[in-house]
Amino acid sequence: MKIHEYQAKDLLRAAGVPVLAGKVVRSPEEAAAAFTALGTPVCAVKAQIHAGGRGKGMVKGSTQRGVELAKTAVDAARITKALLGNTLVTIQTGTEGQVVRQVFVESGCAIDRELYCAVLVDRRVGSPVLIASTAGGMDIEEVAHNTPELILSEPFDPDRGLAAYQTRVLSAKLGLPTKSWRAAEQFFTSLTRAFLALDASLLEINPLVLTKDGGLVALDAKMTFDDNALFRHKDLAGLRDEAEEDPSETRASAAGLSYVKLNGTIGCLVNGAGLAMSTMDLVKYHGGEPANFLDVGGGADVKQVTEAFRIILSDKNVKAILVNIFGGIMRCTTIANAVIEASKTVGFTVPLVVRLEGTEVEEGKKILASSGTAIITADGLTDAAQKVVAAANAV
Amino acid sequence: MSILVNRNTRVICQGITGKVGEFHTRGCLDYGTRMVGGVTPGKGGEKVADLPVFDTVAEAVASTGANATMIFVPPAFAADAILEAVDAGIELVIAITEGIPVLDMARVLPVVHASKSRLIGPNCPGVITPGECKIGIMPGYIHAPGHVGVMSRSGTLTYEAVWQLTQLGHGQSTCVGLGGDPLVGSSFIDLLTLFEADPDTHAILMMGEIGGSAEEEAAEFVKRHVTKPVAAFIAGQTAPPGKRMGHAGAIISGGKGTAEAKLLALRDAGIEIAESPADMGTAMARAIAKRGR
Repeated sequence: MKIHEYQAKDLLRAAGVPVLAGKVVRSPEEAAAAFTALGTPVCAVKAQIHAGGRGKGMVKGSTQRGVELAKTAVDAARITKALLGNTLVTIQTGTEGQVVRQVFVESGCAIDRELYCAVLVDRRVGSPVLIASTAGGMDIEEVAHNTPELILSEPFDPDRGLAAYQTRVLSAKLGLPTKSWRAAEQFFTSLTRAFLALDASLLEINPLVLTKDGGLVALDAKMTFDDNALFRHKDLAGLRDEAEEDPSETRASAAGLSYVKLNGTIGCLVNGAGLAMSTMDLVKYHGGEPANFLDVGGGADVKQVTEAFRIILSDKNVKAILVNIFGGIMRCTTIANAVIEASKTVGFTVPLVVRLEGTEVEEGKKILASSGTAIITADGLTDAAQKVVAAANAV
Repeated sequence: MSILVNRNTRVICQGITGKVGEFHTRGCLDYGTRMVGGVTPGKGGEKVADLPVFDTVAEAVASTGANATMIFVPPAFAADAILEAVDAGIELVIAITEGIPVLDMARVLPVVHASKSRLIGPNCPGVITPGECKIGIMPGYIHAPGHVGVMSRSGTLTYEAVWQLTQLGHGQSTCVGLGGDPLVGSSFIDLLTLFEADPDTHAILMMGEIGGSAEEEAAEFVKRHVTKPVAAFIAGQTAPPGKRMGHAGAIISGGKGTAEAKLLALRDAGIEIAESPADMGTAMARAIAKRGR
């Protein structure tokens, strides 16, 4: 689960991580009032969307950036007006962009240096790590690629947490003045504690700022949570912003399905994540473009699979559907019955290619054959892919 | 011969009284696996599928001599179940459970690695030595005894690959699902080591996927240490960056974990690549034929 910057900062502040004072606003008037209330000579006015790259991002149809400094209340109101309700396109949103519904007005600070830090679980090490770099405020992926020696990494035990000496090791390597080491210890320790306590999957501070008076402060904050751990953080549920999510993806997750919308024309319904990815690859290999990733999972029933068909068909780009099921726990008869149910209740407006294999395959095929539903059956993966690509191209 | 499991493996199921645990315990029994009992705290003394249920793993081991366990415990309690199995000295711990919090696994893995137990999974279909022992949720009938070792991060994709192999007349020595989570107990390299050492395994087929760097590390290992023919497929070649494809691990971020990088590393190690998922069995056959010349 992703959350907004202002929400992440609330959580960090509560955990003892230094952040600047700020206020989330939903109108230019509120922005002006927030500027005055904060009382600093400069404020940052920042679009709140669930995507990074906002500073360089631009509002569609204008030259407004996603983040701009305001020196007066009037400025803050003007920038907020240019952002709210408009679509911000950043390197992470894709060309369609994301609508800005909230703006964060945050007080300024005197910046000495910009650094980078993040906490995440490193698969290779098998433990959480604190990553830091002197290359703050930049595209960290580029830094990692071009100058990997600038990326510092300190793994830490999830129970003991980050040790104080590790913060000193980092402080030295980051070239922080010794008078700031205490501040760094406080910052990194509370940051990693927050990561562990909240079951975060990513906590990224870019930039992390060394202020002129020697303090450290999180100027930006990006936080995502481990969905598998949300059951023990009921208090975080309120931070979810469904308006930021794709409606069909939200609908799918409510039905226990794993769905990712893509831009192609061939809808895919598959059991298992690996096979679902491979089915997309297969479609592409044969010249088609997948419209989605959809894993119905192992134990889906007729109702869930029918909902899966509804979600696929709600995508207007879909010109044909490929059902690829290798029954293990999932029975082919379940899929066959769902196809018939969906054809009755939803109605297939596009050609449907079905490839079944595995548990109860013969019974499943019989159900489909005797149903009278218009289905193109396929034997094997290649046959299925060729048929669905041909069907999509014929429309 | 085979790796990890055979007809003598004595298996218990943790979470045997749950619907899913019971269903798959029966499935394994039907396949011929030597299931010897189950564990559910508070249900000791009951019977499921004619097997004794124990309150703790230690009791189950003492009473049945179990040396392998199959875990179906719900995600919130699964990490604890793994620790209990390790503490009871079970040699092979297979965690089927999907959805365990990643930090739970970060706490469990150091304990597993410091012990004599081997962990497969979590979020995996299990392990099967065809004709001898099935521990997990895979459909048994698609397998055939033979000499190809199969390993994968994904369940149904493994079924697909195994089915292709079986239809081509290539049976399997052992098939292992490593699991789709970011942190899992065993890696491709762990399995490559076992397959390379197993005289009954003559060739190895691996199915990787986007995300992480496990495939690149496996390729490097093959280059240095594996003498047997290896074929591979990478799932997610068409997945866009930044989108998580079902498996918690399957995400391309920061230009890392892309299919291109993985394919490049695999090819560089002399591994035969399946271009399409329909080509996994034939890629293995090609690799075997090349080596046979």
